[in-house]
Amino acid sequence: MSAPIINNTIGKPISRVDGVDKVTGKAKYAAEFSVPDLAHGVVVSSAIAKGKIKKIDTGDALSLAGVLQIFTYENRPKLAWFDISYKDQDAPPGSPFRPLHNATIKYSGQPIALVVAETFELARYAASLVRVEYEEAAHETDLEANLHKGRKPKHGVADLLKPPPPKPRGDFEKAFADAPVTMNGRYVHAAEHHNPMEMFATTVVYETNDRLTIYDKTQGVTNSILYVSQVFNIPFKNLRVISPYIGGGFGSGLRPQYQLFMGVMAARELKRSVRVSLTRQQMFTFGHRPATVQNVALGALPDGTMNALYHDAMAETSQFEDYTEVVVNWGGMVYPTENVTLDYKLVPLDVYSPLDMRAPGGVTGMHALEVAMDELAYNLGMDPLQLRLKNYTDQDHNEKRPYSSKELRECFRQGAERFGWGSRNPEPRSMRKEHNLIGWGMATGIWEANQMPARAEAVLMVNGKLRVSSATADIGTGTYTIMTQIAADTLGMPIGDVMFKLGDTDMPIAPISGGSWTAATIGTAVQAACQAVGKTLLKLAKKMPGSPFKGAKWEDVDFANKQMRLKRDPSTTVSLQTLVDQNGGKAVREITGSMPNALKLKNYTRSTHSAVFVEVMVDEELGTVKVTRAVTAVAAGRILNPKTARSQILGGMVWGISKSLHEESVLDHTFGRFMNHNLAEYHVSVNADIHDLDVIFVDEHDEIVNPLGIKGLGEIGIVGMPAAVANAIFHATGKRVRDLPITLDKLL
Amino acid sequence: MTPTATLEPETVFTPPALPIPTSAVTLTINGTPQTLQIAPWTTLLDALREYLDLTGTKKGCDHGQCGACTVLVNGKRINSCLTLAIMQEGAQITTIEGIAQTNTDAPNGLHPLQKAFIEHDAFQCGYCTPGQICSAVGLMNEGKAKSTADIRELMSGNICRCGAYTNIVDAIEDVMNQNPA
Repeated sequence: MSAPIINNTIGKPISRVDGVDKVTGKAKYAAEFSVPDLAHGVVVSSAIAKGKIKKIDTGDALSLAGVLQIFTYENRPKLAWFDISYKDQDAPPGSPFRPLHNATIKYSGQPIALVVAETFELARYAASLVRVEYEEAAHETDLEANLHKGRKPKHGVADLLKPPPPKPRGDFEKAFADAPVTMNGRYVHAAEHHNPMEMFATTVVYETNDRLTIYDKTQGVTNSILYVSQVFNIPFKNLRVISPYIGGGFGSGLRPQYQLFMGVMAARELKRSVRVSLTRQQMFTFGHRPATVQNVALGALPDGTMNALYHDAMAETSQFEDYTEVVVNWGGMVYPTENVTLDYKLVPLDVYSPLDMRAPGGVTGMHALEVAMDELAYNLGMDPLQLRLKNYTDQDHNEKRPYSSKELRECFRQGAERFGWGSRNPEPRSMRKEHNLIGWGMATGIWEANQMPARAEAVLMVNGKLRVSSATADIGTGTYTIMTQIAADTLGMPIGDVMFKLGDTDMPIAPISGGSWTAATIGTAVQAACQAVGKTLLKLAKKMPGSPFKGAKWEDVDFANKQMRLKRDPSTTVSLQTLVDQNGGKAVREITGSMPNALKLKNYTRSTHSAVFVEVMVDEELGTVKVTRAVTAVAAGRILNPKTARSQILGGMVWGISKSLHEESVLDHTFGRFMNHNLAEYHVSVNADIHDLDVIFVDEHDEIVNPLGIKGLGEIGIVGMPAAVANAIFHATGKRVRDLPITLDKLL
Repeated sequence: MTPTATLEPETVFTPPALPIPTSAVTLTINGTPQTLQIAPWTTLLDALREYLDLTGTKKGCDHGQCGACTVLVNGKRINSCLTLAIMQEGAQITTIEGIAQTNTDAPNGLHPLQKAFIEHDAFQCGYCTPGQICSAVGLMNEGKAKSTADIRELMSGNICRCGAYTNIVDAIEDVMNQNPA
């Protein structure tokens, strides 16, 4: 009789292992580490968008008792000279922004001084007394007014993850001219800011011998330590960066933000521990989702076969870096159209460099493309879902290779059935409830399924418990929980006997947590580290006197119920405790790395897919829009934990609603500044905006993408939502709004 | 407030170079009176986080726009960033650290709402969570929420950027159904 497997946790809706810490307030974020003799830093921001600091008068602020120092470009310490030292792991091609570098102002809100004082209250007051005279220069912040400056992006390592558009295939112009049914449209969306709930903060603990322990808000402690080490020329042995919790990232923590620089600089100069927290307004003074203008043109035969596809995008970037994202490539991947032209250009403006924000480029491009598909469907007189099915493909036609797996067809089927799409009357304005118009819309979503190299450590301790670690992040995604599950299952242990730790540069190295790759990347590393421990345990088992495991190979054993077993005779077992006891009183410790299998992967495109169905209610007199219900069916490989996975998709859907209806960073071009830089005027969805959301995970088996068959869920939830909402609004009102957000003024 | 350096230096007044004034403030937090020596313009939020190491109460905007700093004062929910500590002398202040002890039959030392938030996965990054839970306790004390739509409306002062709203509402409804008003 084989022993029952009581601890098979992968695929089970386990509650978050960090849940108790988060609901009791015990979870500590970067600004919350208690440090004796802590000084507080407050950043002063530029009032102009472009020009020079003529004079900076810190006299009044410095005269206050308790103000320790005010750092400006004039008195900052000597720092690294070359651009390369300032390049972080997510730096686009170009010359990275250097805080307090010189008198030049490159964008509104640029940090120009750091006031450090004994208390936060004093530092904040003193900061208000810093007086600056500027020499203003003319700035350009208006994307639409500068489209003529559009140019090809510079190339760099970023191209590896963000390939430029493929060369045209076929002859779009001819096919479009000959197509019996066509559409074309222009799609504009504003800049957006990530606005995680936690504001960026860094607590720098100054220790003896110039050693610093840094608590940073970051999506990758490795990124922070590299930046600090290079910019300040500090050896790694004198640095440690810790970030056990991060109050939301969404991409904003993929680059070190300037409070890290400020905190480290002040701590070293003052030889004192320093904390620097940004204000909510200052959360609008670094990376953002770039404003983008897109054109899409589609042509089809009367039966719905698409034979012409054009998609271009013009996106803003800064004057110092070429931030790019994949906006236009998706159409060539999702649809098998023969004649395709794709183009992507950048317009440099006097703003900070844009920064990856949840599904960067994907949600932007798929919004335009999938609204365009809806327009084409109406021009064809065809159901929008039927149009997608008519143009379904199992190949990525950009790369001319198959998908490693693609259950999008099943997403369409299950999503449509759950939503009740089949009973839809295609006629716009055909559904009404009192003074509200009701509409149904749908769209497709796609995102990439990547894996990066990473390392992890697994330690079977002398008490028989397992401790696993990797210097990754849990930005709310559930990393702590799913890694605990993977480790537990790999060595057949109960969840309660496994402890997973992350966010510390003393741990094995991990990449920044973004791009939906963390589950696949760290999951593979954790599994490998636990397997390495298992292999060592097998060696120990073989050495035991009269061992039934003599001659057994790794393939011959498995783990369950805290035991190693022979697969061919599961009643032959030895407990993990017995095995670790054979190790001379020491824990069994293994550190391993994992890499994507490039040889295997290069023949396949790896993607997640979704089908999104949305119902909106539009008040005909007021133009207000409510998303009353939405169904997202997702195919994303193996789902490790349906509870945290569902939350990931729900969050993406909320982001999609927020992007469709609310989010917009409004630039006043007179000042070159984002004017709605607070949470009352930068609207995000609140509880009352969100109604019935439904998530379906479609079974998808993938043995190619990585050993665990994981594809990642961080972005796919948002990708299809904005187009589905916009299409539902068209169905409700008969108004085709191509710009985002769809605020009431666009409907009246 | 973000300090933005002014464009017109001559209009700024010159402050006196005096030591920063402080006052003794006694706050009763989670049942325990504590005396602080702080600047009178210290907010209740900063008093909790910076002077009492009660960092469960979060700062998300410092302007009363996000709800992350929600605490209970005499059982009513308020934004602790919008009140000065000195204004709350004599009041009973409850923070997330003390929320469990306000419930007599707290299982495993957790308030039923804390337990329901975990069960329903009503958070992701966890940063807005203490404010959401304190706000939900306040909402239940108010007794005005009679429907799901009421809960959504009355919890709309607490932003959750991770988008856990539906799970937050499920968690609150779950607890309200356990203890019908």
